[in-house]
Amino acid sequence: MVKMGKIKLRNFHQARWDEPIIFELSTPGQRGILIPEVDDEIVNKVGKAEEIIPENIKRKELPKLPELSQPQVLRHFLRLSQETLGQDINIDIGLGTCTMKYSPKIHEQFVRNPKFSELHPLQDEETTQGILEIMYKTAELLKEISGMDAFVFQAGGGAQAVFSNASILKAYHTDRGEGDKRTEIITTAFSHPVNAAAPHTKGFKVITLMPDEETGYPSIEALKSVVSDRTAGLFITNPEDTGIFNVHIKEMVDIVHEAGGLCIGDIADANGLFGIVRAKEMGYDMCHYNLHKAFSSPHGSMGPCCGAQGVKKFLEKYLPVPVVAFDGEKYYLDYDRPHSIGKVRMFYGVVAAVLRAYSWIVSLGADGLKEVSELSILNNNYLMKRLLTEVRGISAPYSKERFRMEQVRYSWEKLKEETGVGTEDVERRCMDYGLQEFYQSHPPYLVPEPFTPEPNETFSKDEIDEYAEIMKKVSQEAYENPELVETAPHNGPISLIPQPPITDPEDLIVTWRVYKKKKGID
Amino acid sequence: MAKKLGLIVNPIAGMGGRVGLKGTDGEETLKKALMLGAKKEAPDKAKKALKYIRENIDEIEILTYPSDMGQNECIELGLNHKVIGEIHYEMTTYKDTEEAAKRMMENDVDLILFAGGDGTARNICSIIGDKIPVIGIPAGVKIHSAVFATNPLNAGRIVEEFFKNPNMELRESEVMDIDEDEFRKGRVAAKLYGYMKVPYQRAYVQSLKSGGIYSDEISLEGIADYVIENMEKDCFYLIGAGTTTRKILERLKLPYTLLGIDIVKDKKLVLNDANEKDILRIVDSNKFKIIVSPIGGQGYIFGRGNQQLSPAVIKACGKDNVIVISTPGKIASLKSKPLLVDTGDDEADEMLKGYYRVIVGYDEIYVYKCS
Repeated sequence: MVKMGKIKLRNFHQARWDEPIIFELSTPGQRGILIPEVDDEIVNKVGKAEEIIPENIKRKELPKLPELSQPQVLRHFLRLSQETLGQDINIDIGLGTCTMKYSPKIHEQFVRNPKFSELHPLQDEETTQGILEIMYKTAELLKEISGMDAFVFQAGGGAQAVFSNASILKAYHTDRGEGDKRTEIITTAFSHPVNAAAPHTKGFKVITLMPDEETGYPSIEALKSVVSDRTAGLFITNPEDTGIFNVHIKEMVDIVHEAGGLCIGDIADANGLFGIVRAKEMGYDMCHYNLHKAFSSPHGSMGPCCGAQGVKKFLEKYLPVPVVAFDGEKYYLDYDRPHSIGKVRMFYGVVAAVLRAYSWIVSLGADGLKEVSELSILNNNYLMKRLLTEVRGISAPYSKERFRMEQVRYSWEKLKEETGVGTEDVERRCMDYGLQEFYQSHPPYLVPEPFTPEPNETFSKDEIDEYAEIMKKVSQEAYENPELVETAPHNGPISLIPQPPITDPEDLIVTWRVYKKKKGID
Repeated sequence: MAKKLGLIVNPIAGMGGRVGLKGTDGEETLKKALMLGAKKEAPDKAKKALKYIRENIDEIEILTYPSDMGQNECIELGLNHKVIGEIHYEMTTYKDTEEAAKRMMENDVDLILFAGGDGTARNICSIIGDKIPVIGIPAGVKIHSAVFATNPLNAGRIVEEFFKNPNMELRESEVMDIDEDEFRKGRVAAKLYGYMKVPYQRAYVQSLKSGGIYSDEISLEGIADYVIENMEKDCFYLIGAGTTTRKILERLKLPYTLLGIDIVKDKKLVLNDANEKDILRIVDSNKFKIIVSPIGGQGYIFGRGNQQLSPAVIKACGKDNVIVISTPGKIASLKSKPLLVDTGDDEADEMLKGYYRVIVGYDEIYVYKCS
């Protein structure tokens, strides 16, 4: 923390409740709520509940749920909450590639307002004009931000958006009579791995370009060596996971276009790009944004996700249904789209994320969005400068001496080499200073002992300084007393758990039912 | 019961280095090194690893060899140990290393910790092969083999992990040394002499750093199956040396040569351990392809461990008919450094340069540069 202008590491200790799992707290007969009897008037009208439910879906016996009173439940979950380090309590810089930015609380008020939260997706469109208007207008804003011509919010996350884009790619080539011929997609090793996984699930053969030793991104020659009339498309993340912007992106896109392929940009994390470079100018035909990342909607265990999928005009007809449309008078859900790839998710998509994203965009405006990216890049390069010049044992492979965009993939390889303390140890030790785990790397692990922080625009300089000081301290501890770091955490709710037993699939138990079975508990 | 650690120090390893010699193998070289004032370095390096072991492992039984081959180092550090053999001269030779390895095997040690260089690794490998896990303390002039820890301290750490973690992964790792035939022709090139099992711990084992949560074994099977499914009819496949390529023969249920070239056609064995003449005679004007894997953790696909695939064979094959296969872990261990070729023929080397579609799993391709 910064106290009276000076940085001071916290004397942190987390609560340790040794809390059992809720099934172990169960006492037969305890109850949290009493469900009132149904009024006679209702029973007379619709019949008894147990008679309405079809016989074949009726339970044969009561569900084996834990039995607790309300205060017991409350205490149980409050204790557990004290054993976590959530986004609102710690300096969540470490979870790079996730853009853990502050999600304005007023947006939570919007989505928790009954006017929104009690909407039902099967309501008549006449009665949901408000949310349809917000969806339509958010699409308009994203069109401006990206340069694409149409957006939908069907996908429930980035991976589904990439899959949906891969489906459009397939439909496009099939319509042109080349569906059977164009079977290969190209991606890069530092693109998000879903750029390989989702098209592969769609049936494409995946070719991954490995990074050049110096720059960290693939060479033009590497791309040229594999582009052919079998190429369906290029799925690429730029800046890549290393935080390095591929300056040859336009040239790469042109090569793929020339060969008849399309280009699909993964802009899951747009935080370094707002107002600086657009999908259109990079030459993409399709792209997606994660509204739950750069657009501030909370994610992970804090909320559901939304992959906003954008395409150019010539691909609009393939978008998944429904598309929110406006006829000049009213907004409506357009299902009448014969070329559509179909539905990828039920109902409207995750509209709470859309509402939050809309609020975020309009509250910032165009200038504000650009400032978000400028601040993110500045914060990131400030942290990089501090880590690389002040912390022993850390390095940033590739593109030495160049600035990075919104994040950096560092390596603790030298620290491991010299002290035996690796990235997992550092990660656990950080918990002793009040930080939650950091993100190491997406696969493949090309950077040894990786570490990928992302100090986005919502962190202050003081917080970035505190974060850097913690890294410096942990590195110093590794050189002076490696055992202290290797056996961390010491101040957390749990101690070091040896990895082999808990990662062995044979011993892994993920449900209470399996636990009871394995332990022979009735 | 305490676990048994075999300790072999090759005290003369590394002596040639400081005085500008290319190694310390052979009596003549050793005499020359001594005349130039070389001092023993391996015992000190071994002691660094042993000191770590003394401080971090409580129950361990050390079996070692006399004098500077391990006994003196143990005495100096106050480590309990048992001497299990004898030496006849103070200046030891490779025969002593081999004899020591043999005794270790007879005494059922769980792991051999040795200090030396490529020559020492090769001597031990010739006796124990892949029967007992080993880890090397890098102390020689030449360290091309992938059986060494990155430094003495990390060798100690690997021993600790091995004895404390019963699930520690063992990986077959390359034993490389100077190719003596080539050396006599005035060319310095490393050759693959065999494989030993090494406890694998990310970042501690030299040149074989990889990562991720994926098992190389699963990748190996995927690679082999993919190659087999895509084999063309009437085409000869020259399958190079190594554990990655071996998997293809294993999946085809054919006998294999770990260190040689095996020829397969229509999924049937044509010849094991083919030399250059065999290859040229068999492929003649027929269609053929070469399957190789990066070797030695250094990225060589030609010129290390597969000299049978001579420039003449390579030129007849052509780059487009070279299939490169590798586990993702091995590619990661190259840290984006390019694949390498060193056939001894500039024209062949030039022809082989460029980009390869490296098969890294079932239907999984990495595009990787070779230079």
